[in-house]
Amino acid sequence: MTARSTRSGISADKNTDVPAASLSRRTLLAGAVGVIGATLLDNASALHAQAKGLMPSPRALDDPGKVQGHIPTELGERSPFEHPRRRVNRAAPSGESESPLQDLYGTITPADLHFERHHGGVPVIDPAQYTLLIHGMVDRPLKFTLADLKRFPAVSRVCFIECSGNGYRGFQTTTMKREATPSWIDGLLSTSEWTGVPLTTLFREVGVKPDAKWLLAEGSDAAHMTRSIPVEKALDDAMIAYAQNGEAIRPEQGYPARLLLPGWEGNSQVKWIKRIELAKDPFMTREETSKYTDPLANGTARMFSFVMDAKSLIIFPAYPNTVSRGWCIITGLAWSGRGKITRVEISTDGGHSWQTAELQAPVLSKCTTRFRYPWKYNGGEALLMSRAVDETGYVQPTRAELVAARGAGTFYHMNSIRGWKVERGGKVFFHVEA
Amino acid sequence: MRRAVLAPVVLLALVVGAAIVDVWPRLRRSQMPERFGFGTPATSEEIRQWANEITPDGRGLPHDSGTVAQGESIYRLRCSGCHGVTGTEGPFDRLVGREPGDSFNFGRDPNFLAKRTIGNYWPYATTLYDYINRAMPFDAPGSLSSPEVYSVVAYLLNRNQIIPANAVMSDRTLPLVRMPARDRFVVDDRSGGRSVR
Repeated sequence: MTARSTRSGISADKNTDVPAASLSRRTLLAGAVGVIGATLLDNASALHAQAKGLMPSPRALDDPGKVQGHIPTELGERSPFEHPRRRVNRAAPSGESESPLQDLYGTITPADLHFERHHGGVPVIDPAQYTLLIHGMVDRPLKFTLADLKRFPAVSRVCFIECSGNGYRGFQTTTMKREATPSWIDGLLSTSEWTGVPLTTLFREVGVKPDAKWLLAEGSDAAHMTRSIPVEKALDDAMIAYAQNGEAIRPEQGYPARLLLPGWEGNSQVKWIKRIELAKDPFMTREETSKYTDPLANGTARMFSFVMDAKSLIIFPAYPNTVSRGWCIITGLAWSGRGKITRVEISTDGGHSWQTAELQAPVLSKCTTRFRYPWKYNGGEALLMSRAVDETGYVQPTRAELVAARGAGTFYHMNSIRGWKVERGGKVFFHVEA
Repeated sequence: MRRAVLAPVVLLALVVGAAIVDVWPRLRRSQMPERFGFGTPATSEEIRQWANEITPDGRGLPHDSGTVAQGESIYRLRCSGCHGVTGTEGPFDRLVGREPGDSFNFGRDPNFLAKRTIGNYWPYATTLYDYINRAMPFDAPGSLSSPEVYSVVAYLLNRNQIIPANAVMSDRTLPLVRMPARDRFVVDDRSGGRSVR
């Protein structure tokens, strides 16, 4: 309130009438916010409102060019007009929230909108207390503080993380429904730039013995998330990541450090990692036996099915959009845990014919790739589908192909082609398949 | 002169390489020391305190034991609130049940009627000890003593008709328990390329 003052004799409508010297003096007097006259009062309101995440006054909105905008702040905020939110699917310690795919652009997920999946809630970890222990089949068992980890040469990499079970609601006949948004179907998918220490660097430090074939990664959450990971992956492209999109990793993503295994199922990329143990054999933890194994039609279940196969999803148009007649730019994301996306094809007739979509460069390995396809909508019925192809030649299968290969009761890694039904008049619904 | 021309090219190649693939192997050869010497040695006592996982061969199991009867009373008190009085009612994971038995038809059931339980799905009995010891009960993870964990494991194995009611579970007997679904698991055979698996 001390920042607010008015001065009589100054036209409320013409801020050109405000003497520059007076403005500058008042600004100084007020500390940071100088307000002179009703117009500038509007300005202060705008600043105040924005700082609180509220809407500026109608006057300031009417012509932003007639009032001064708000001053620099220590922490930026989204426009008061933008309210992207994760959808909390299960509000429990063993819960999840989905990235709002339909509200995002490009490929990078803002850190506060990265999907969550955790089994024992989000732990609070003091970075000063943090320790990563590496032991087992090594020459020198070592403890690393967070400061130790940051002393090593860092690498950065942009890649996706996808929950192993992402997409089950659009795959299972028991859960699929017409009124399904992109995030409801596939929102357990996010992309970030991750920065950290390559695991190979830490392995050299501890001297991993040549006959160590597996590592156990353990988190410090209440679930004590534990997964066995082949050493081969660690030597390939694994890292202990402590930063996400240029800042410290968010608590929900593993603060202060997590395991990053590009292209592999999210569950294996243990968050809040506190321990790595090298061994000859896998440890057969609960999360790699009773969970995160894929039942198959032949009476077996697949174990250690880490890699996320190629997949794509049209994000616009989708439920609950309505398409207008004329040009519509179909867009979405494609990704593969085995490398780069080489092609995305679009069908507007339910898979009878396919056209190649444009891929946004740069196309990165094990990263989401944005695709676009201009489509002229004639107002009638249509069935939109996307089909991703990766650099191994793998083609995203239809649901029927996936069911034939694994069985209708399979779980995890459900990467089948998704469809969006456009009804006459343009209303879009998720395509429910029997 | 030639070197001056090449340097920016090499630098550019490194930057582009870093953006697309991991440039680390290249840097490692030229610039990485054998070791940086960061971190502090972990003592065997510290490792013992931290490394409490149990492997299928029984490594890590404490020298203790528990019975089905003791397990039943601990289960009633500490577990039944989430998993049901008989381990079948929930609201959380169903723990008890042998259906669909030898058919193991989870992959064929489009309606997901058969729930994956300890009796019909878990391949190793040692995993029970490992998980319950560290992550259960949900409201107080890691609060059960070794005899209590052995007892709850014994009770759950008995409820699943895997061990008799008079069986005692210990570091000697638990690794010998053969789970019904032991041979149901296969390694991942997906490898990209043209095949859908």
